[in-house]
Amino acid sequence: MIKILKYSFSDLMRSRWSYAYFLFYFLLGMGLLFLSNDLSKAIITLMNIVLVLTPLIGTVFGVMYFYSAREFTELLLAQPIKRKHIFLGQYLGISSSLSLSLILGLGIPFLIYGIGGSGQSVNFLLLLMAGVFLTFIFVALSVNITLRHENKIKGFGYAILTWLLLAVIYDGLFLIGLLMFNEYPLDSFTLLASVLNPIDLSRILILLKLDISALLGYTGAIFRNFFGTDYGMIVSLGVLCMWVIVPVGLLLRTAKKKDF
Amino acid sequence: MVTLKNINKSFGSVNVLQNLTLEITPGKIVAVLGPNGSGKTTMIKSILGMVLPDSGEIEVLGQKVKSEGTYRNKVNYLPQIARFPDNLKVKELIHMIQDIRNVKGNPEELITQLGIEKYLDKRLGNLSGGTRQKVNLVLTFMFDGELYVLDEPTAGLDPVSLIHLKEIIQVEKKKGKTLLITSHILPLVEEMADEIVFLLEGCIHFHGTMQQLREKTGESQLERAIAHLILNNND
Repeated sequence: MIKILKYSFSDLMRSRWSYAYFLFYFLLGMGLLFLSNDLSKAIITLMNIVLVLTPLIGTVFGVMYFYSAREFTELLLAQPIKRKHIFLGQYLGISSSLSLSLILGLGIPFLIYGIGGSGQSVNFLLLLMAGVFLTFIFVALSVNITLRHENKIKGFGYAILTWLLLAVIYDGLFLIGLLMFNEYPLDSFTLLASVLNPIDLSRILILLKLDISALLGYTGAIFRNFFGTDYGMIVSLGVLCMWVIVPVGLLLRTAKKKDF
Repeated sequence: MVTLKNINKSFGSVNVLQNLTLEITPGKIVAVLGPNGSGKTTMIKSILGMVLPDSGEIEVLGQKVKSEGTYRNKVNYLPQIARFPDNLKVKELIHMIQDIRNVKGNPEELITQLGIEKYLDKRLGNLSGGTRQKVNLVLTFMFDGELYVLDEPTAGLDPVSLIHLKEIIQVEKKKGKTLLITSHILPLVEEMADEIVFLLEGCIHFHGTMQQLREKTGESQLERAIAHLILNNND
């Protein structure tokens, strides 16, 4: 597995897209920090971008990589390696190379700016962690989709739809639901709804720590009231871990049963 | 060596393999013949564990295929369509497969024999179909194995390379290896194969030596004998 991981990682690190992705975050981080000159503002702005962009890039990259590596995967399948290891290796290769672009792309500007002594470093690390989690989650989701659909156009469509649903439509539907049923107690519904969407969950996780109630929103406020800040963070971290483990487990199960 | 017992496989509503039973004995060159879509590739891929049968059992070198066991260390597979990651160089691909299998193998001799030294530093995406097939052959034959599974090994090869391929196959046979080959080039089969398996619509219609095939069909030429088998089936 480590060998597969090594090869797909080094293959991806040589690709132009990894550099473009790194450069995007680097310029964004530099721009935000040195133009606004305010660490916490920059972190909040970045949060809004990272929460939408990492899932999108993870989805698109996951689909593209797995479709283009299909023949290569077949070559590997005939070698004496377990299927589980091939797919886990490739999955970790994509996720970790994307995560590395994110971490370096944002980390370098913040280090240059001097985040070390500012007291904001925990918040910044939390932001990176959320981005890494979302990358791992959405790559896993998109790989699941590619394994189930031979047709590339269809697979791509479903993957983008998944992203759109979780990043954009979900919040809209949720708000409509709140408005329609505002006469009922909706606390438990709200809690459940936020747990079912990793993007919402990551937002809550970061904002709980940043302690900005105005941005916390309805879900976040209920989350904090219910769990409190510390307990809330532990719960949301645990659920994010589940969001990685479950799709990866599903992915390995699908791969095990698939014909190539 | 290889045993398939009552294998069934369907893709959607198409039954690709129907109650297929086959036993391959060691040290033979076995040719699998059959028209397009008769299930040759599916059968081969199920021996390698790439396609999972709906029912039935497959054993290779004494191990059940389902277990993803160590038998694949001794099986070398030449896939039908050779497509590799475009950005990798030929040299890197060979190193990578060596690294993955944890065996050095012996690629140098094959590289000279097939004349692909000058392509070693080229990217795989820029190679012609025939050259890619030669790389494919190197990857298959550079490791010492017990069973060689070749799916359309002649695809895209020029006449000179075809002669080299025949030599390579003969060398392995002399070492007592088993080779399972699918091909549409009947003269090659006639020249090399010890046994012939004829597949039609997922069933084995004939399994035996060339001599037995001639006796059964009353035709001396392989081409006509195969035509005879197909036509007989249609009656």
